[in-house]
Amino acid sequence: MLETFLQVVVNGLMLGGLFAIISIGLTTIFGIIKVVNFAHGEFLMAGMFLTWLFTTKLGLHPYAAVVVVAPVLFVLGGLTQKLLIQPLMNARDEHIQIFATVGLSTAMINLALLIYGADIANTPAYGLRTPLEFGPIRVLEGQLFILGAAILLVIGMELFLRRSRTGLAIRAVAQNRTAAQLMGINVNWIYVLSFGLGAACVGIASVLVAPLYPTSSNIGTYFVLIAFVVVILGGWGSIPGAFVGAMVIGLIDSLSGFYIGADLREAVVFGVFLVILILRPSGLFGTKQKLSHIS
Amino acid sequence: MLTLENIHAGYGATTILHDVSLDVQAGEVVTIVGANGAGKTTTLRAIAGQIRPTSGHIYFEGRDITKLAAHDVVDLGITMIPEGRQLFPDMTVRDNLMLGAFRSGARSVQNETLDYVLDLFPRVSERMDQMASSLSGGEQQMVAIARGMMAKPRLLMFDEPSLGLAPIIVEQVFEVVKKVAASGATVLIVEQNVFTTLQSADRGYVLENGEIALSDTAEALLSNDHVRRAYLGI
Repeated sequence: MLETFLQVVVNGLMLGGLFAIISIGLTTIFGIIKVVNFAHGEFLMAGMFLTWLFTTKLGLHPYAAVVVVAPVLFVLGGLTQKLLIQPLMNARDEHIQIFATVGLSTAMINLALLIYGADIANTPAYGLRTPLEFGPIRVLEGQLFILGAAILLVIGMELFLRRSRTGLAIRAVAQNRTAAQLMGINVNWIYVLSFGLGAACVGIASVLVAPLYPTSSNIGTYFVLIAFVVVILGGWGSIPGAFVGAMVIGLIDSLSGFYIGADLREAVVFGVFLVILILRPSGLFGTKQKLSHIS
Repeated sequence: MLTLENIHAGYGATTILHDVSLDVQAGEVVTIVGANGAGKTTTLRAIAGQIRPTSGHIYFEGRDITKLAAHDVVDLGITMIPEGRQLFPDMTVRDNLMLGAFRSGARSVQNETLDYVLDLFPRVSERMDQMASSLSGGEQQMVAIARGMMAKPRLLMFDEPSLGLAPIIVEQVFEVVKKVAASGATVLIVEQNVFTTLQSADRGYVLENGEIALSDTAEALLSNDHVRRAYLGI
């Protein structure tokens, strides 16, 4: 009984790690630029395809693909900001940006269909799908790496934002863009950098997820909904919040799936999500978005 | 040091500044006074590179800066202390000050500048680890000025530093402006508080409906009939 319970909790934590790793980039981009990237899932899809390509063509371990995938996604994110979002930043209606990223999402899905087709691409697992046994508890090796990477990425991003000079400039832009400009900070460059950084986080997620999940043109839509739930629950823009949100959703998913019923899993997850949102509309770690005024 | 030549500027289709020309010499305290909506802030924003003039030129130390981006203007040593303080609310006073020293010319000497600035603002040094949003309006204005000085600017521009502050705090703010000027900085200050400002300035421009109506020494403006009637209520 206890062993089963422990196993279910561990499964929940592993799932939480997965949800966390796919959400960090989304909340980073929103926290700084205040743009919701609806193409987030498709960035993940692109990263997973790149990982698959790298692994199958070069015969290397999928994790090694990070040296290619993270920089490529960084550039993709930076270009998205520079070419798509920035021209719209002064648009009268901010919702235009939403349509732009939704459009990008659709375009990327169709591009993937055009290039690869509707088939599934399986990235070689290199033993990452092998269960490891800790006494009675079993976890996949790849899941442990995902959880570890998620923790490191959250800590790394927080340290970068809080301790480095560039991080200070990024937080300044996030809190008051006009004032940041008055400090001599190139705000547009910070936006490009931040979108790139968020996308690079998705790139890191891609190489970790690809060996465990089959890649296809619509894999983004499969993951993106849960990423949104996690980010909203944690509080938009909060990286540690996204991590905690991911753990909460992972645990609820796993526990309800086992003790209530697999087919009611999603109903419970979204039910709890709604209740938390009603009680704390700005999320667990969210503050009300004070955009640029203080007096 | 700073010269504006026949500047026309505004927002979208609305022209606010009509043929504004003015100059500021190194070491001077120059003020632009005028009623609300006369175009004072627009003038500063044009200098700061936040809006682009539709015609005319702005020169800083001989260089045409009319088309420079806002952050590049800051890099040249022109710092604006904006209306309404515009601090970074969820950062400590220390981080706010450090951001003031972001421009390339100020970064390498930021610790020395900090000592110097805190000497000028003893009240600020007591609040270093507090969040900017937790300070009173007067304290926030002091931090905003201190942050501006962290940039080691060659030209420091104040946009309505007294706005929304209690009279006693306004006095303190102008004391600080005098200290800043005494330290050798060149100051351009925009105000609706005409009397106090002219008392602390060397020269002044009176801006009316986006045009320079008068320009003279501060002393002469204080005794000018038009200024006395229209702005001093005498």
